[in-house]
Amino acid sequence: MIEYLTSRDFIILIIKIVVIFGAVMNVVGLLSWVERKVMARVQMRPGPTRVGPFGLLQPLADLLKFLFKEEVIPLQANTLLYIAAPLISLIPAFLTFAVVPFGPSLQVTDLSVGLLFVFALTSLGVYGIAIGGWSSNSKYPLLGAMRSSAQMISYELSLTLSVIGVVLIANTLSLRELVISQNNTWAGFIPRWNIFVQPIAFVVYVVSGVAETNRLPFDLAESEQELVAGWHTEYSSMKFLMFMMAEYANLIAVSSVATILFLGGWNGPMFGPQWLQMVLPIVWFTAKIGLFVFFYVLLRSTIPRFRYDQLMRFGWKVLLPLSLVNIVVTSFVVAIT
Amino acid sequence: MSGVQLLFFFFAAIAVGAAINVLVQKHVLYSALSLIVMLSAVSVLFIFLRADFIAVIQVIVYAGAIMVLFTFVIMLLNLPANEDGVDRLRWLKFIGIPLGLFLLFLIVATLWNVEPLGATRAEMVGSPKAIGTSLFNDYLLPFEATSLLILIALVGAVVFAKKDL
Repeated sequence: MIEYLTSRDFIILIIKIVVIFGAVMNVVGLLSWVERKVMARVQMRPGPTRVGPFGLLQPLADLLKFLFKEEVIPLQANTLLYIAAPLISLIPAFLTFAVVPFGPSLQVTDLSVGLLFVFALTSLGVYGIAIGGWSSNSKYPLLGAMRSSAQMISYELSLTLSVIGVVLIANTLSLRELVISQNNTWAGFIPRWNIFVQPIAFVVYVVSGVAETNRLPFDLAESEQELVAGWHTEYSSMKFLMFMMAEYANLIAVSSVATILFLGGWNGPMFGPQWLQMVLPIVWFTAKIGLFVFFYVLLRSTIPRFRYDQLMRFGWKVLLPLSLVNIVVTSFVVAIT
Repeated sequence: MSGVQLLFFFFAAIAVGAAINVLVQKHVLYSALSLIVMLSAVSVLFIFLRADFIAVIQVIVYAGAIMVLFTFVIMLLNLPANEDGVDRLRWLKFIGIPLGLFLLFLIVATLWNVEPLGATRAEMVGSPKAIGTSLFNDYLLPFEATSLLILIALVGAVVFAKKDL
């Protein structure tokens, strides 16, 4: 055991974990700036401009503000669960990045069931919201938590079923092998990405992904016009910030899985000297994630919120049948060829 | 003791502790949350057995789906902490003791006959492909029977929800 702890493999593993965790942590902070800036541009406002160039240091200022805010724990709240809830939503969100391959060599661990691991963590994420809403012991958080649990259970189904077509084609559950299975091209220039083979699955995944991350137009759990702030109404200071971080981390996680499944992961044009070839896959992967994040932010700033019954009807009567049909058709095609 | 053994005992202790906590907690929500911890710890034990697929499915199905519905219902009902509903079912105790002993006997008898699998053999049994193959070949009838049972439960739920169908 001691030999392993001092071996080269272990030290490299630790470095990878620190690099990936640090990068995700920083990007989560930066995302709050991206979101404010993009939304402001869409709404013809300048957005944050005061702190640093282009307002880039705004997240840092926000962090400091959150740190010095008063920590309020409601008198009637269930203290233990109230404190645990932000952690319960934050930890699964960040654990996802343990299996995400950022590049051919930049991956903490490649599980043979990596894709299912991601879905297991997604399914645990709902507890943070449910427990947070319940333990606040107040009506708006409880209503938000109820909505959120029902919504996440409903959309998890279509989210999970939508990727089965991709898994059938690639014949693997490991995220790394899923990326490798897409590295060829058709006719020499069209990349062999699953988005061209599984367009229906792609649309279902992206839409369910919005619902899983509880963002507009599916943010019924927050819904500030009806529920104040939904499940985190009673939260303040660092605990509120942790919920925000979990939301952004989930957004990046959903985007990275979408990139891996449908946009070919780190695959992209390779050129230049040796060191550039090492860096390029990570650049492509990050760029594709950025594309998804940008899309989700645009979505938030342009589309109004669904009503609750519309949301449920859309999930059960449109997305779920679509993904089921997709599985049947894909199975037939895979069986024949 | 090797590192793997140390980890095994760590998670085994969590599983047993959480399982006991499920029984002794007065508040039903705490019991449900302990059950989630127990199921997650057991899924780690499956990883030690090289059954990654079962470990992940355990979390997805039990901790992620079924227990979410449990906590959902508990939170909606918002039961008082010290409900004394147990006394009415006192006669269950007398059935419970022989049934518990029978279950213990079954577990001991099964564990007595277990032969440890080699690492490579365990990998062959625990992979998604192996599980799928045996599920759809050797155990096709039980599998279909289970799906029929679930369908019946589903139809029952719809009938309950919409009485004037």
